[in-house]
Amino acid sequence: MQNASPKLFSLEASAGYDPTIISYIQNAAQHGLYEIRGLGAKRRLPHFDDLVFLGASLTRYPLEGYREKCSTKTLLGTRYASRPIELEIPITIAGMSFGSLSANVKEALGRAATALGTSTTTGDGGMTSEERLSSKTLVYQCLPSRYGFNPNDLRKADAIEIVIGQGAKPGGGGLLLGQKINPRVAEMRTLPAGVDQRSACRHPDWTGSDDLTIKIQELRELTDWEKPIYVKVGASRPFNDVKLAVQAGADVVVVDGMQGGTAATQSVFIEHVGIPTLAAVRQAVNALEEMNMKGQVQLIVSGGIRTGADVAKALAMGADAVSIGQGVLFALGCNSETYLQDGEHHPAIEDYVKMGTAPTYCHHCHTGQCPVGITTQDPILEKRLEPEVGAARLRNYFNTLTMELTTIARACGKQNVHHLEREDLVALTLEAAAMAQLPLAGTDWIPGMPSR
Amino acid sequence: MESLTESLTGLTLDLADLSLREVNQTLHQPTQNHVQILNPNGCHNLAVGLDAPITVEIDGHVGYYAAGMNQQASVTIRGNAGPGLAENMMSGRVQVKGFASVSAGASAHGGLLVIDGDASLRCGISLKGADIVVGGNVGSFSAFMAQAGRIVVCGDAGDALGDSLYEAVIYVRGQIKSLGADAQLEPMTASDYAVVTELLSKAEFDYSAQEFKRVASAKQLYHWNIDAQQDY
Repeated sequence: MQNASPKLFSLEASAGYDPTIISYIQNAAQHGLYEIRGLGAKRRLPHFDDLVFLGASLTRYPLEGYREKCSTKTLLGTRYASRPIELEIPITIAGMSFGSLSANVKEALGRAATALGTSTTTGDGGMTSEERLSSKTLVYQCLPSRYGFNPNDLRKADAIEIVIGQGAKPGGGGLLLGQKINPRVAEMRTLPAGVDQRSACRHPDWTGSDDLTIKIQELRELTDWEKPIYVKVGASRPFNDVKLAVQAGADVVVVDGMQGGTAATQSVFIEHVGIPTLAAVRQAVNALEEMNMKGQVQLIVSGGIRTGADVAKALAMGADAVSIGQGVLFALGCNSETYLQDGEHHPAIEDYVKMGTAPTYCHHCHTGQCPVGITTQDPILEKRLEPEVGAARLRNYFNTLTMELTTIARACGKQNVHHLEREDLVALTLEAAAMAQLPLAGTDWIPGMPSR
Repeated sequence: MESLTESLTGLTLDLADLSLREVNQTLHQPTQNHVQILNPNGCHNLAVGLDAPITVEIDGHVGYYAAGMNQQASVTIRGNAGPGLAENMMSGRVQVKGFASVSAGASAHGGLLVIDGDASLRCGISLKGADIVVGGNVGSFSAFMAQAGRIVVCGDAGDALGDSLYEAVIYVRGQIKSLGADAQLEPMTASDYAVVTELLSKAEFDYSAQEFKRVASAKQLYHWNIDAQQDY
């Protein structure tokens, strides 16, 4: 008897219609709605991973890694403000709203930032008393929605950040779905509880950079020229935007690349609008250098800063500081399998499953059902993130980043992390070389530039 | 100093001689209950950030953001006002005897803004609880995304009145060129007539509340759903 030949399957995978795109089409067909989600771009993008430091050798003299001094002190807002911001480290906490995050989380951010000697930032929805009390240095955002914005909090702030846009959605306004609007959040934003809050995408009282000049002057007059004024732009045309912000009188410009996170935005916006942080930094620094304002106006870079290496690379490319949002959330326990409450770890996986997701994949910040108690206003869920626990984790994370940063700086022979420079870096890919305008490793070739 | 004159009737600050910084700094720490400001000459950011129960009279035209974020003070402008008049006001009263440019009363949380003449585009945009009374007409996109508060328009309203309105209510005496998304005309109730009468009285306008129409939100954009998707 002849043996039957084994059954052969013809499984030809499609690059264009991969499982992700098929799932997207089928979801669209079922619901007729676009996807809204949290966090940032998930697609592969040219990033700081595509750069490496050259390190010291015969031509450069390294510093002893564990003993020699390497300063991380950072000064922001030196242009006009009578009280610039002095930080111990060049790593700050990005603006994230009370509403998207719980009051416990905002308190944890403030505690950690104070212990670390850095700043934290309010967000859409105004300033909570918890975060003001817990934060030594608090940056107060002035956003298009003006939710909760008032002169009393403005005077309490240490710096003011005028938000033009956000890397996750340059050109778009914020969104906080009704399920996250508890009575306190609603009251702060002057809207009924449970109603979706669609933040405006444009400021209500100015249009264009000439108006912005006057708006900045208003904020300075209101606060008697004490506080540094930051201008934050989502990275789309950063070369021109940075120039206009500087021209308008900004003390500090914040450039947020497309990897930057959000609490709730259309997925199509997150993945398809804006340019990568790597490209944005280069353009922003070029703008400052062309205006001869490098050092007078400080540059903060955000959008996908995760590691000490990312911080070091951003600084070497010309940033004065970085700002971190998503990394902060992951440090607190975002996407963990467990949460730590009353000194014990509790499993959270079932709660991820209820939302149709799993740890490490979850981006359901918009639902308010955060299984680990971070992006929620639910009174039971928010207890899963205790401020002391969150603050301790965040201190550890930022301390790790700082140690990595100084390790690299010493290896490049720098006594100050702000002495890291472009010449310390090369690119590993053509895309990164072109975007960052750095030579491809092992060559002196920068795409688009004449050979040296 | 001639430009800074104290008298029994109050303090006079003359912008022909003093800088804007000096004037605002003085207003932030007032020593008199009444301040008169001369020669504003259209300057921006005049009398911003006041936080005391004083009266301020400005004799002339002002630029952007006059009386911005006002608290407690009563500011009268004897002239026209530029963009963002009394923006983000928290309390007190601001009155312009002439016309107001764009975004008058933007995101104001409290207090009363009175515009004797016309107001331009986006009057009361993002309003958060203040009251605005306009003696003349308002331009297009007025009350855009207005969240709370009341706007009384004694003249006509331009296009897209009350677009994406939340809980604020608009009363219009004249014609409405068009309503914005999610704004609708609603019947006047006894409480609406009382509100309009009260605000007209405070603003010292002599109209009957019976002449006004009510515009409020249809609340169809309050939740993300398939019918509203194009509006998100």
